[in-house]
Amino acid sequence: MDVQSSTPGVVLKYVVSPNDFTRAGEASSNVKNILKQMGISPDVIRKVSIAMYEGEINMVIHANGGDITVTITPEKIEMVLRDDGPGIPDVEKAMQAGYSTAPEQVRSLGFGAGMGLPNMKNYTDEMKIDTVLGVGTTVTMSVYIS
Amino acid sequence: MTIQTLTEKLPVSILSEGDLSRQITKVFCCDLLSIAMSKAPADCAWVTVMGNVNTLAVASLADAACVILAEGTVLEEAIVEKAKMQGITVLSTTQPVFETALSVYRLLES
Repeated sequence: MDVQSSTPGVVLKYVVSPNDFTRAGEASSNVKNILKQMGISPDVIRKVSIAMYEGEINMVIHANGGDITVTITPEKIEMVLRDDGPGIPDVEKAMQAGYSTAPEQVRSLGFGAGMGLPNMKNYTDEMKIDTVLGVGTTVTMSVYIS
Repeated sequence: MTIQTLTEKLPVSILSEGDLSRQITKVFCCDLLSIAMSKAPADCAWVTVMGNVNTLAVASLADAACVILAEGTVLEEAIVEKAKMQGITVLSTTQPVFETALSVYRLLES
C-alpha cells in the first residue's frame, strides 16, 4: 500500500494480485480500518467495504488483478478500480443480478453468484464503468459521507 | 447475548477466539459470499458451511460478531491462524445450519 496525504484528501493506492483469493479483501480491510480510525460512520464504511471487496474479487476472478486508488475527502470516498483484463463485452448483461461468467472453481469458493456488480451499484451513490474489449476496465465508485 | 454465553449454551467448539464479550444481536445464514457480504447484519452470528479464507474476509468486512461453521465444516490450520491474527471468532458445530441458527435465535429471543 502506498499512502499519499494531500490536503484536503487522503489517497490510498493498492495492487490486487491476480488469481490470489487468499489475499483478496486485504485492500478493502485496510480501507475499512483507516475509515474507522477517521471516525467515518459505520453505514458509510459498510457501503465502501462491500463495494470495494466485490470489485477486488472481480479483479481477481476476471482481470488478472489490477490496481485500486481510493481518495477520501470530507465529502466522499471515491474508489477507482483499474485493470488490464479482457474487458466486459456486455455491461448491461453483467449488471443483471444472477448473471455470471465466473468459472466453476470460483463458484465452489462461494463467489460467482452474479451479485458482484449489482452489489457494487447498490452500495454506492455513483458508479461508472469504462471498459474496452482486450484493453481493460476501470470502475469508478463514490460513496458520499454526508 | 455475548459470544461467551453462546459457547456455554450451544454445542460448539471454539476454533478461533476473538472478543468473546462481544454482543450478538442477530443470526444470519448463507453460504454464497456475495449475498452474505451484502445481507449479513452487523453484530450477527453468521452460520455457514463455507469454510475458506474468504469467509473470514466477508465476516470482517460485514462486521459479523462471529462465524459458526455448521455440519462439522473443517477449517484449515492456516486459516484458523489467520482468523486468530485478525481477532475473528470462529466456532464450529456438528449440528446442521438450520438447527444451529434456530438455537441461536431462541437464545436471542429468551
